[in-house]
Amino acid sequence: MKVACTSTGSTLESPFDSRFGRAEKFIIYDTQSKAFSVIDNEQNLEASQGAGVQAAMFVLDSGATALITGNIGPKAAQVIYGANIKVYQTDAATVGEALKLFEENKLTELNKANVEGHWV
Amino acid sequence: MKIAIASGKGGTGKTLVALNLARSYPKSVTLLDCDVEEPNNDLFLKGKLTELKRHSVLVPKLKNELCDGCRICQQACQFNAIIVIAGKAMVFDDLCHNCGACTLLCPQKALYEVEHEIGTVTIRQKENVRLVEGRLDVGKALAVPLIRRVKSEISLDESPIIIDSPPGTSCPMVWTIGETDLVVLVAEPTAFGLHDLTLAVETVREVGIGVAVIINKDGLGDNRIEKYCEKEKIPILKKIGFNQKIATTYAIGEVLVDTDENYKKLFLDVWEKIEILVKGSRRHEQ
Repeated sequence: MKVACTSTGSTLESPFDSRFGRAEKFIIYDTQSKAFSVIDNEQNLEASQGAGVQAAMFVLDSGATALITGNIGPKAAQVIYGANIKVYQTDAATVGEALKLFEENKLTELNKANVEGHWV
Repeated sequence: MKIAIASGKGGTGKTLVALNLARSYPKSVTLLDCDVEEPNNDLFLKGKLTELKRHSVLVPKLKNELCDGCRICQQACQFNAIIVIAGKAMVFDDLCHNCGACTLLCPQKALYEVEHEIGTVTIRQKENVRLVEGRLDVGKALAVPLIRRVKSEISLDESPIIIDSPPGTSCPMVWTIGETDLVVLVAEPTAFGLHDLTLAVETVREVGIGVAVIINKDGLGDNRIEKYCEKEKIPILKKIGFNQKIATTYAIGEVLVDTDENYKKLFLDVWEKIEILVKGSRRHEQ
């Protein structure tokens, strides 16, 4: 399966990004092949609105069926849950660490938005 | 004559200037409160309500059974307000800018438009001042459609008109200052004040309107605003000193010029300079 993880950089050693809609990048990791690709979220970092919705579309289009992030707002959650993607929350230091915890089933599943829109 | 009072930075004294200009004017005047996210002129004016109108915008709604998930609506939307998930479009009313493109382009005719309420426009009268105020509903994100409704309440023969602008230099401010004769920027003499004044001046010039400055809280900082205005050849209409009396009057919800003759003179002098500037720019256009 593919899992999307919010990241501040382009490698597995990059610090984890706790934001979803305005995360720097998304690392799309394949749990079978252990390979990963990177989606740049720069466009949404600068968006005045709708960053969460568009970021959720990136995740959807990547084919990921799970998302690891720190916080998710109401509109993004509507898209993500509407597409039956499971959301896992962590405060891991790096992307690699977050993915390791995910593969060991040590992450908590988030069943609804945990922050308001524009919470930062 | 339409004068917008704007600032860039918030809290510099836009409402103070707009309100006192309106109240000091010897004849009838119209005051528009376009700061629709937090209108506050009436807190001081306490006018008598004469009209109240609810306003809505058109947003798309989906006939679920007709949608085939083609994503044309999603591609047309510049604001991420419509997204196709699991083969069906999903609309986010609060992100919609009401352009109508999705509804127009949908090949299945699966979208139709419904009214979505965003706020209230009220008209109040207090002696010489006719106040038109826009108030966005709590939680609504789009100020511009409501600002346009506020501005549409002015009749052609009405003059002068004072417009209290929202802070910042983004769409709400740009729409507010549009089609005015002069933008008066209220600035405070600090580093932050100058930074945001510079942004505001650039924005107003881009729109192509004349600009003048009022320095508020003069004495609080230094002379950096004056230096900047001199360099940019921007007239300074007045320096309003940093004075506790202003804050006290404001805090108890009173209008400065109604309680103090000296300030009334000060604002009448500002009016004179505004009229000279506007006449001068009109002559220049001819």
